[in-house]
Amino acid sequence: MQHGELQAIYVMWLRQMKRYVRSRSRIIGTIVQPLFFLAILGLGLRNAILPGMTGDYIPFIAPGIVAMAILFSSMHTGISVLWDKKFGFLQEILVAPVSRFTIIIGRTLGGATTAVLQGTIVLIIAIFMGVSVSSIGGFILAYIFMILIALTSVGFGLIMASKMDDFEGFQIIITLILMPLFFLSSALFPIATNTNLPDIVIMLSFANPLFYMVDGLRGSLTNMNNVLHPLVDLIIVVIICLTMFGLGSYLFNKTEA
Amino acid sequence: MDIIKTDGLTKKFNSLTAVDNISFSVKEGEIFGFLGPNGAGKTTTIKMLTTLLNPTDGSAEIAGFNIIKQKNEVRKKVGVVFQDPALDWNLTGRENLDFHARVYALDRENRKKRIEEVIKLVDLNEKMNIFVKNYSGGMKRRLEIARGLMHYPTVLFLDEPTLGLDAQTRRAIWDYIKKMNKEEGTTIFLTTHYMDEADYLCDRVGIIDHGKILIIDTTTNLKNSIGNDVITLSCSDMDKLLGRLGKEPWIKNTKKHDNFITIGVEKGEEKIPEIIFFAQNLGIKIKSISIRKPTLDDVFLSFTGRTIRNQEPEHPWKQMARQRERRGG
Repeated sequence: MQHGELQAIYVMWLRQMKRYVRSRSRIIGTIVQPLFFLAILGLGLRNAILPGMTGDYIPFIAPGIVAMAILFSSMHTGISVLWDKKFGFLQEILVAPVSRFTIIIGRTLGGATTAVLQGTIVLIIAIFMGVSVSSIGGFILAYIFMILIALTSVGFGLIMASKMDDFEGFQIIITLILMPLFFLSSALFPIATNTNLPDIVIMLSFANPLFYMVDGLRGSLTNMNNVLHPLVDLIIVVIICLTMFGLGSYLFNKTEA
Repeated sequence: MDIIKTDGLTKKFNSLTAVDNISFSVKEGEIFGFLGPNGAGKTTTIKMLTTLLNPTDGSAEIAGFNIIKQKNEVRKKVGVVFQDPALDWNLTGRENLDFHARVYALDRENRKKRIEEVIKLVDLNEKMNIFVKNYSGGMKRRLEIARGLMHYPTVLFLDEPTLGLDAQTRRAIWDYIKKMNKEEGTTIFLTTHYMDEADYLCDRVGIIDHGKILIIDTTTNLKNSIGNDVITLSCSDMDKLLGRLGKEPWIKNTKKHDNFITIGVEKGEEKIPEIIFFAQNLGIKIKSISIRKPTLDDVFLSFTGRTIRNQEPEHPWKQMARQRERRGG
């Protein structure tokens, strides 16, 4: 029985991989977009002096862009549950003799794998552009952060997919929730150390889950410009991840086909 | 042995009672059909029997397993072909089958062997390595039926198996269904709103309307119950004629509709002159008269007082194709 569940997880992971490899537009889109951010913003603002930032801009922005790539890619996975719902494929999965938990694990692993892969590609490009990794330990920690970001965002996507019946709301959620969170995460410019910003914005940024992810990734990868110690970030991100993933699983569990 | 056994199965959606206290059983190896118009509660029944929906009240057993308490056991025993297509369009036919086989925990040898068996059953051998998005509607249906059979289900549920298919493809699908029932001994539970489909395929038919089963019997018995022949007649004063005919012992049943009446009789060809004779005596003008063998349509009519609504729903694939076009994807 245990073996059966493992095989189900494997084949759901495999399905995601196949779909990912086959949808070329998605691969290109999700790589090119962060690349533009990195190349255009990074090079354009290369010599700019941002308040609260030390060192070059490219090493500052790189972790933020890696986080963004993972975020959007794994959101896509969560949302794709909605596609399965629309196309009826979800029923085929729900009627199978595997537990709902297995289904969620399979889906999440598939989504997280593609997301971390994309993050890796952006990371490689960043290293080519001159971002130096601080230490081996930091590099490993960075990957732990990347995986956690992926799991959290898949969880968030699952919540949305369980609550929404169509795609109309999807764009609104991106512009209304995701973009503000992203801009307030200090991915593109420092916030907590920026004295020009009003206190309320700084306070808000501390209430932003994305902030801890970006900050942790930045701290572990480049060991520069991070506000909190990476391990403090890690604890907070683990808590956020468990909450988000737990809530996503709970809501998905209640989904009736 | 009863493969499906329901006891007072009920499903309510807020104030709407979709399935209303239905009890029936389906024997092993049988092809059993639910016949009813759209919205009669057919799909809801299938969803409850396949554990996708929890009943509000009552219970059911599939191959001896309770659909509420032993969900996982039930899921192993049933195969389902949903009304809405449930294939992954970005995988090939073989990959779709392989996905199914693995989710149902078939081992490697069994997977290979079984895939070959089921695709042979539905004649899809050559199309297995192309993407499902390039399949025609009939091919998708066949692939779904093949997939439903992959894990040797005791009972296969088919929800409107030929909805939206052309006449030729429908015929082919019917033959596949008969074939798998015979060759694999699979018990089949299907729903349809096509009379000819129920007539051609089913051993027994349950007529369902507004969530209630009106009658369950063999197709032959159902048709016999309304006479060997059906005379359809339209005339000037229908009530008067019906009143007169009602006194005749050879009339099995009569039914008045909006602008015609139907009369069930034996040896219809000999009764037509008599009916015309009565009408003339009463001074009633007959506009048209015809005779035919009864169909399940007549059965449905006589039990529900109306023909199955003719509003053929648009098939979901077409709807989806349109959406895809609109998105430009």
